[in-house]
Amino acid sequence: MFLKPTADSTIQPSGVPKPVMAVAETDELSAVLPDEFLPEMDDGKAVDGEIDPIEGMSVEVHPDVALVERAKGGDTAAFEKLVRQYDRQVFRIAQHITQNREDAEDVVQDAFFKAYQKLDQFQGNSKFYTWLVRIAVNESLMRLRKRKTGRTVSIDEDVETDEGSMPRDLADWSPNPEQLYGKSELAEILRKTVQGLPPGFRTVFVLRDVEGLSTEETASSLGLSIPAVKSRLLRARLQLRERLSRYFRKKNGEGVA
Amino acid sequence: MTCSEFMAKLDDCLDHKLDAELRADVDEHLRGCEHCLITMNTTKKTIEIYRSNEIYELPDSLRVRLEASIMARCRKC
Repeated sequence: MFLKPTADSTIQPSGVPKPVMAVAETDELSAVLPDEFLPEMDDGKAVDGEIDPIEGMSVEVHPDVALVERAKGGDTAAFEKLVRQYDRQVFRIAQHITQNREDAEDVVQDAFFKAYQKLDQFQGNSKFYTWLVRIAVNESLMRLRKRKTGRTVSIDEDVETDEGSMPRDLADWSPNPEQLYGKSELAEILRKTVQGLPPGFRTVFVLRDVEGLSTEETASSLGLSIPAVKSRLLRARLQLRERLSRYFRKKNGEGVA
Repeated sequence: MTCSEFMAKLDDCLDHKLDAELRADVDEHLRGCEHCLITMNTTKKTIEIYRSNEIYELPDSLRVRLEASIMARCRKC
């Protein structure tokens, strides 16, 4: 096998009991929700502020912080702004994880409501979005667990699958694979493909590659170690690549001058 | 650099986290290994396609309904 999984232990900063997740027999999971996190967004897809972590330097306060402070004081309009700012992202994450539209709708509602109820627990030195993602991921996983039956898998359990470790389909892709399909057909292919990933893989993939969280934030949101996130991300990426190859591979003669 | 060594660095490579020395090693490997080059390019494309295509869009009508529901619950508590 090409890649041996790296150390897969979890981060449990606050001694919180480690949640486990029941998943279908062939699935592997891997995601929990400790109460603390140490976020530092490196991509900033969903937010536009930057917090300088270097001690002693001036720190730019993220615009969400003011909204959170107002919301804590009972200003629901301020919280409504936060909802509008992040509900699309939360819905997307929930859909990726649960693969169920109704569950995703419930996750959006419950995640924001829980965030509102727990605003006092929000630490101003972290980003509201990352904190919210953590709540949304946990809500999503709870719903996934309700729908799935089968053995309970600990977060620490290593994800043993050979698929994705060894690229098999070596065919190159068409120069513009997206143009081979109409927009809705392409979306269906992408949905079907990501749906086939084990939940632990697609959860890491959506946070890291779709939503643009940093490796550290993803690890923190899922209660995984950084090596565990990296290991799952690589496997997720390679599995998706492998599965998409049958749609996007170069046809005979294509690309030949 | 072997193929296995390259695969171990693929994520860092895709995330542009290689230092100059490693980058040079990777480039040299890719010049002589079509297998790894294709793997890298198509994996990169996989990520790009998922980033640029919205596959779970929240429709406006549903969004309005969800926001109203969330805020109603928040105002009650």
